[in-house]
Amino acid sequence: MGYTLNFNLIWRHFDKLWGGLLLSLELAVISIAIGIVIGLVLAVWYVSAGRVVRTIIAAYVEFIRNVPLILLVYLVFYGVPTVIDLAYSAPTSFVVTLSVYSGAYLVEVFRSGLEAVPRGQLDAGKAIGLTPWQRLVHVRLPTMLRITLPALSNTFISLFKDTSIASVISVPELTYGAQWINFNTFRIVEVYLVTTAMYLVTGYALLFALRLVERRFRAAR
Amino acid sequence: MLSQILYALPFLAEGFAVTLWVSLLVVVLSLIAGVLLGVGLVYGPAPLRWAVRIFSDTIRGIPILVLMFFVYYGLPAVGLHLQSFWAAVLALTLFKMAQVVEYVRGAVASIPKGQSEAAMAIGLTFRQRLTSVIFPQAFRRFLPPWINGVTDAVKGSALVSLLGITDLMQAVNQVIGRTYEAMPLYILGALIYFAVNYALSYASRRLERRFAFIRD
Repeated sequence: MGYTLNFNLIWRHFDKLWGGLLLSLELAVISIAIGIVIGLVLAVWYVSAGRVVRTIIAAYVEFIRNVPLILLVYLVFYGVPTVIDLAYSAPTSFVVTLSVYSGAYLVEVFRSGLEAVPRGQLDAGKAIGLTPWQRLVHVRLPTMLRITLPALSNTFISLFKDTSIASVISVPELTYGAQWINFNTFRIVEVYLVTTAMYLVTGYALLFALRLVERRFRAAR
Repeated sequence: MLSQILYALPFLAEGFAVTLWVSLLVVVLSLIAGVLLGVGLVYGPAPLRWAVRIFSDTIRGIPILVLMFFVYYGLPAVGLHLQSFWAAVLALTLFKMAQVVEYVRGAVASIPKGQSEAAMAIGLTFRQRLTSVIFPQAFRRFLPPWINGVTDAVKGSALVSLLGITDLMQAVNQVIGRTYEAMPLYILGALIYFAVNYALSYASRRLERRFAFIRD
């Protein structure tokens, strides 16, 4: 026993944590942006497609959801370059992985959102002479987005936490910064206390901000 | 390539057994501890409720990986020495516990107040109200999210590989380290995880339907 807390070394290397936090956020934002595109395209395609396409999309979703994220991260970073001739950095590799990963979860979110759009709205759109494309863009998608907004913010926050997995391929995000300080200063308890606080404050701040956005959009209804 | 993979299969099977063992321990331990804390969160005295609330919100707010490193590297610093296996199980259990606490809270909260008032009116004691009225009904609400979360435990167990425990994930990495057959082995590993989790989620859907006979 007799462990005395000493945060001096943490503050001296705080740039590793701060820079790491910003990178974590960046990875999460880029990944969810790409994930939303993947999710939207596949969900819209799914609801209007035939059996074959549906099966393929469902296979993608089920595969990603039932495999550990860390394995997918390794697979894309160490596995894929051995079969195709492509060179990419660890952060790029991670963003690709997390985008494909979040895309699979968002297909499900958007698909159920599309199904939750009241039938009457689509009929109304048809009645005033909107084309199928106009009905999709002006009626179905806006309503669906409003319905799925809470699920979207939850996905974003869990993606933010998932960015910690990027540390296993040495992407210098927050968890990597914490490990660096852990191994170089041995102020173990201190560094994980500070890191935990940083994840918590950021996560709950995001949650609070996103709930405000949700309320704003609900009011517009 | 194929012969190398066949040669590695027994080794992967050993890792797979560790994955299953870790998952099972985490699922069972977190269920017991989580239900106790969850009941404490709903019916306990105020200090206990606050403690459980803070515990749950903190644990759910940080990445499992950070929690695992904190437990693994941090406990020895305060004089607690656990084998890496048990440190990993402890961290994963704490994480799952926080989820179980929320499932319990949600399940109990979903039972209409009239139920416990009616039980009170016919003179049941507090314990009788819980065991004969609230819990049997809350159980059906608790089961579907909890079973869905079992696959998360299997997926989360892959993180123990980072503490040097030879689970399936680590076994795959070690075989790749010797054979350099990265892609086939990662895909094989992914398929094994997929098979287990898909079977689990299939079973959970069946069970969910089995318990869906009562809706409000």
